[in-house]
Amino acid sequence: MKKTVQKLMNLETEIIIGNILRAGVISAATVVSVGGIIYLFRHGQTQMDYSVFRRQPPEFSTVDGIIRQVFSGRGRGMIQLGLLFLIATPIARVAFSVFAFARQRDRLYVAVTLAVLTILIYSLIGR
Amino acid sequence: MSILLFTLFVFVGSFGAGFLGSLTGLGGGIVVIPLLTSLFGVDIRYAIGASLVSVIATSSGAASAYVKEGFSNIRIGMFLEIATTIGALVGAFLALRLSTPIIALIFGFVLIHSAYVSSRPRDKSAGPVKADRLASLLKMNGTYPSRGGIVPYNVNSVPTGFGLMFIAGTISGLLGIGSGAVKVLAMDQAMRLPFKVSTATSNFMIGVTAAASAGIYLRQGYIDPGLTMPVMLGVLLGSSIGARHLFNAETKKLRIIFGLVIFVLAVEMIYTGLKGLF
Repeated sequence: MKKTVQKLMNLETEIIIGNILRAGVISAATVVSVGGIIYLFRHGQTQMDYSVFRRQPPEFSTVDGIIRQVFSGRGRGMIQLGLLFLIATPIARVAFSVFAFARQRDRLYVAVTLAVLTILIYSLIGR
Repeated sequence: MSILLFTLFVFVGSFGAGFLGSLTGLGGGIVVIPLLTSLFGVDIRYAIGASLVSVIATSSGAASAYVKEGFSNIRIGMFLEIATTIGALVGAFLALRLSTPIIALIFGFVLIHSAYVSSRPRDKSAGPVKADRLASLLKMNGTYPSRGGIVPYNVNSVPTGFGLMFIAGTISGLLGIGSGAVKVLAMDQAMRLPFKVSTATSNFMIGVTAAASAGIYLRQGYIDPGLTMPVMLGVLLGSSIGARHLFNAETKKLRIIFGLVIFVLAVEMIYTGLKGLF
């Protein structure tokens, strides 16, 4: 009986994880597409040059910079916002898993998942 | 070339790379990067940033389907993600410090290894193995659905798998690819996971691994929106269409052709790398 309940809970968890991933990818792709159309509409006729590497300025490489660009209607700001959604998708999946393992009272895997979550958050905001 | 035309070409190229990448199980990044650098003259650092992001998209898209089918082992995935995400951070820090010819050289050698792995059929016979103490302690042994009912399996050599996964994560963070070839080595060969379980679990892990290094790449200004947009959308579309043909296509011939293409690209990358060094 206990086994069956656990199985069902696992299945439920897997379905929710699947949905988180799908929703994240679809929303990211949509935002990137809209940003891309704005960008191409404005800059499509400019000549491209990616042969020399220049780092992106802060407005396209920091979270608050990107959000400011989105509010001033910049296409590239929207593309970066979509990419942020995309990077956040696996992180959301891991965060949900902490909760799911906690509900199964699996302390070992709550710790494992928290470790992964810490590494991910460090990469996004750490120094 | 105008940005509009360039975007269109890159989109089509990325679509093709994503399609072939998902059919062969190697991922799109491995073709997209040499495509961008040798065909379009894009600096490899831009190419790596763009590919890394597309890796997250395809992995998450594919994993959402796999998870529901019940093949992925979330516990194994989560445990090994400790190794791959730490590796990804190390890889991203290396990428910021190594010169581009060195990165191109490493990429070339990783490509050759992948070409070799992809041209060889995978060993699908990973039968029942004895339960390993550590694997049991970590509750990794599981079951998967098949036509004949639920099939149980045991896991072996967790430390070896963990170590190989650290390497896979470092390669992924350094080169902006999913590094599926090393993951196959870790999960099929070392841990003896059944073919479908290892494929699904590896796919499940690739997104988290890439997200760990993508955060650093973004904050360091390596992710160019104008370039990443067509790469990410193209690879995503190509790979989701490819995934639908996964089980009914003639994949053996395709693997060989794909392996050859990768080999040629690898030689080109190594040549460029050496030319840059000397």
